[in-house]
Amino acid sequence: MSPLLQVSGLTRLYGDRVGCKDVGFELWPGEVMGIVGESGSGKTTLLNCLSARLEPTSGTVAYDTREEGLTDIYAMGEPRRRMLMRTDWGIVHQNPRDGLRMGVSAGANVGERLMAVGARHYGRIRAQAAEWLEQVEIDTGRIDDLPLTFSGGMLQRLQIARNLVTHPRLVFMDEPTGGLDVSVQARLLDLLRRLVTDLGLAAIVVTHDLAVARLLAHRLMVMQGGEVVETGLTDQVLDDPHHPYTQLLVSSVLQP
Amino acid sequence: MTAMIEVDDLSKTYVLHTQGGVEIPVFADASLTVEAGECLTLHGPSGAGKSTLLRCLYGNCKPNGGAIRIHHDGAMVDIARADPRQVIEVRKRSMGYVSQFLRAIPRVPALDVVAEPLRAIGVPLDQARQRAAELLSRLRIPERLWSLAPATFSGGEQQRVNIARGFAARHPILLLDEPTASLDAENRAQVIDLIVEAKSEKRALVGVFHDDEVREAVSTRLHTMRG
Repeated sequence: MSPLLQVSGLTRLYGDRVGCKDVGFELWPGEVMGIVGESGSGKTTLLNCLSARLEPTSGTVAYDTREEGLTDIYAMGEPRRRMLMRTDWGIVHQNPRDGLRMGVSAGANVGERLMAVGARHYGRIRAQAAEWLEQVEIDTGRIDDLPLTFSGGMLQRLQIARNLVTHPRLVFMDEPTGGLDVSVQARLLDLLRRLVTDLGLAAIVVTHDLAVARLLAHRLMVMQGGEVVETGLTDQVLDDPHHPYTQLLVSSVLQP
Repeated sequence: MTAMIEVDDLSKTYVLHTQGGVEIPVFADASLTVEAGECLTLHGPSGAGKSTLLRCLYGNCKPNGGAIRIHHDGAMVDIARADPRQVIEVRKRSMGYVSQFLRAIPRVPALDVVAEPLRAIGVPLDQARQRAAELLSRLRIPERLWSLAPATFSGGEQQRVNIARGFAARHPILLLDEPTASLDAENRAQVIDLIVEAKSEKRALVGVFHDDEVREAVSTRLHTMRG
């Protein structure tokens, strides 16, 4: 077995400013990795570099493609990279409006990903879309409604359905519960946890919420000032943090 | 006899960077062996590092030095050096842990909280739930609570759900951190039964038991810690 993602020396500079610096790790099939750190610590820059949306200044991101095994995603041609993003990967944006098409129906948002991988039979596409709406606990009676009429929590669940319908192997999530109120968050987290386990997905989840990280991630990477300062098993990093910055993060959480 | 756990020269010091870098030495040069079929009790005053040692065995706490070899898949894995993926595998199939408190997951019913470790090793849902139901009834959790998330349960009920979860997958190694702390006499007796049964099944147990009655009933040997 080989890792799904192999990252080494990944650096992204913005002029003189460091976005992220010298990041390296391997992600294995079925593994969920959390990236935690405060705003401006480089989490989103790193996620964008990993998900082929931001070319790094130096370093490599190799993905285990079905045809050729580990391949540098920035060395492959644009069409292949696009195909990868549409089929093997999912990207869940913090703001669901960035990941959905607000002008077409909920069903079409889910069905569109299927059509992008070659599905043509309208009835089957619609049936699968309905099935996925059910999976993410959206009433299938809303299949023809525009996302504009959905609440924030529903939009986020719709975005997840849109991403998972093609059975990706790797999903990138940027603050998937950010901006949702807590009861909606709990529902979404439970759903994500179940889907990730049932489908055996690998995922990279950026979050500043340590409780979210504990619930979803097998292992953590803690970032500060663009650098990874601590890594390890999630409960070990949170219960026995070693780096001063991780200790500060963990001790700063308010207990309700 | 099969050694299931071998600990050599383990040391642990907490360094609190947010409080001026103060160092709290917990233990040094701890060594012990646990064989299949025995229950080793970590014994000593409060603050001697019993829970910390137990957490080190589970990979939840990172020691400063020494080795922790855990029997897994016919070989010994050093938990102190294993990568997260290996530790997760060891926890899935070889080593369970009953913590002092249940960490409740929102919305997940008690029955599934207990069944989860079995689901993680591929046991079909109905079989996993059946084993979970057996354990919950043994630990006297009323059936009407099984479909509810344990967040609203009493302390004693949560602890029993936690114990059921820990025993569900019949791991060859089981770590117990004061499993009977908030239980009444009848429930304590049930836990003693479960531990005795695990020993007879040749599983290896390590525990912290403050309750004299429980300790005397279950432990094969004491490992004394002085702090």
